[in-house]
Amino acid sequence: MSHTVDLHTPEDKDIHIERKFVPKPLDIDREVSWAKINKDVLRSLERPRPMFWVIFVAALALFSFGVYCEIYQYQNGMGAADLNNPQVWGLYIATFIFWIGMGHSGTLLSALLHIIHADWRKPIYRYSEAMTTFSLLTAALFVLIHLGRIWEFYYVVAYPNERWVWPNFSSPLVWDATAIGTYLTSSLLFLYTGMVPDLAICRDNARGVRKKLYTFLSMGWQGTDRQWANFRVTYMTLACLLMPLAVSVHSIVSTDFAVSQNPGWHITSFPPYFVLGALYSGCAVIITLFIVLRYVFRFEEYMTMPILNKLIKMTFAIAMVWNYLNLIEYATVWYGDNEVAKAQFIYKITGTYAPVFWGMVLCSTVLPFALLIKFVRTHMPTLLVVSLLLNLGMWLERVQIITPTFAHSQYPWTWTANWFPSWVQWGIVAGSFGWFTMLFMLYCKIFPAISMYEVKEMVHDQSKMLKARGQ
Amino acid sequence: MMKKSHTLALFNDFEEAGQAIRDLKAVSLPGFRMEDVVIKSPIEHPELSEMLGDRPVYVQWFTLGGVLVGPLTGLILVASAQANFLLQIRGGRPVVPVPPDMVLTYEFFILSGVLMTVLGCFIGWKLPGRRSPLYNAKVSEDKIGLLIKADPLVIPKINEILARHKPIEIMGEDRR
Repeated sequence: MSHTVDLHTPEDKDIHIERKFVPKPLDIDREVSWAKINKDVLRSLERPRPMFWVIFVAALALFSFGVYCEIYQYQNGMGAADLNNPQVWGLYIATFIFWIGMGHSGTLLSALLHIIHADWRKPIYRYSEAMTTFSLLTAALFVLIHLGRIWEFYYVVAYPNERWVWPNFSSPLVWDATAIGTYLTSSLLFLYTGMVPDLAICRDNARGVRKKLYTFLSMGWQGTDRQWANFRVTYMTLACLLMPLAVSVHSIVSTDFAVSQNPGWHITSFPPYFVLGALYSGCAVIITLFIVLRYVFRFEEYMTMPILNKLIKMTFAIAMVWNYLNLIEYATVWYGDNEVAKAQFIYKITGTYAPVFWGMVLCSTVLPFALLIKFVRTHMPTLLVVSLLLNLGMWLERVQIITPTFAHSQYPWTWTANWFPSWVQWGIVAGSFGWFTMLFMLYCKIFPAISMYEVKEMVHDQSKMLKARGQ
Repeated sequence: MMKKSHTLALFNDFEEAGQAIRDLKAVSLPGFRMEDVVIKSPIEHPELSEMLGDRPVYVQWFTLGGVLVGPLTGLILVASAQANFLLQIRGGRPVVPVPPDMVLTYEFFILSGVLMTVLGCFIGWKLPGRRSPLYNAKVSEDKIGLLIKADPLVIPKINEILARHKPIEIMGEDRR
């Protein structure tokens, strides 16, 4: 489509400027039939590429090693993890924040993009929400693991004191457990509610045990007009409730640090900094999983390059905001009058743990600029490596918040420059990655990772729009 | 009162189903009401649903109930637990500190809102329930179904109207 604009110059010389409207690439092929969408997604539940089993077995091995380490720690005490005073949190809480952060963006982005009617979310939101659920489950494990005395976990739960437990309701740790519990429950319900129409499709096409499972979970869904109308209102309402909840959860996680007296943590900008960090790492994981699922389950037709491109742009924008808040955090310390915090900051960038800090800067601040290069955006193996490095950067960010602060706090007796996590800690952290990957891959094998009915809606709306434009 | 009977017509697209609904609305048959017409489709189609008339959704009232009850429950739970502590060694600070308690109150506000919304949704869906009276798996794939409940005597006439719009199949209760 094009049109010509005539401009008249003072010399009465006509200039013809032809404006060409180049049609944007569609997010998804509008010719794809609804029956094919069902067929392709249902096929993914039965015959994934062999890479699926490679990933699953590797994840299972990592998880088994993690379980071994946890049993070892349980039998030998927290000394086996080299956790001591002042290094009481170690990698456990750093990884806990990492998983919470990762869980942040799946549901939050899905809800946000649903509210603003961003159609391109439709093929990718289901697995992002599943990612949230499994990340939260993984994060919750670290609350138990780092306690040492696992049987006393109920002190972190907002539990009435009828049994004389007397939890401290003014403690961020209690807020944290409540917020995570709320977020997990809500995310799970959001995921499940959105999946019911697809479970009915699975029910109608499955046999044997699977049919029984899907029949039970779809609860008799028939796709009636009344059911769809209720569904639309429910889904939008849940999205609206989940948005502020997701922000509150990571803000509360940040108060674990921000309301303490440790130098460098007592900063007003910590909550937004944590929320953005969570979104950033979550987006990076969504890109990683996009590439993996696209290949493993042959979703090339649905997880398309235009959608990936939008995802990358959003990740880049979030990375830039995160960088800004990171800078604000350091500037607040640098220009503030807290000499201990300043000394701690200098230690962080020049001391024993400086490689962690600079590793974070390299992976999370510098590397996102690689996303501006077209080759990086379009070459899947390169993009996979970049997305994994972004994740590594965000994990290092959490480590550099905790370890150097404990190692160089208010009192000289806390200065423990040579502290390094034991193999038990590394094993449990690695095991958590195995646990998450295993659960996620199992989920994608049992439940549709792409929302079939929403992709159908997308194709339907796209065709209607193009027909209206006469294309 | 005569026992009602059902018929299900499957159409290739929303337009054909829409025309069939328009025709059904235009006729006046004893023992048939538009309220007894149900659309079954693989995706939501609000324009088509609107043709059937106003079918209110009550989910938002459940949500409202949830967001009102939730924070009250949360605050009462936390404050009563704090007020109930055997020893109140507070160093001059209030027994029930309001600002920190707002955090848990807020979480209860959201949690209760979410739970009640989902409950309202399931009540609105009338689920869990049995798939009946007529169901065709093609409805979850790519076909649009019109399920009509009416007096058995009127069903042939309804089928006649439906047949004008080229349905791919019309199912009666005898062909379940």
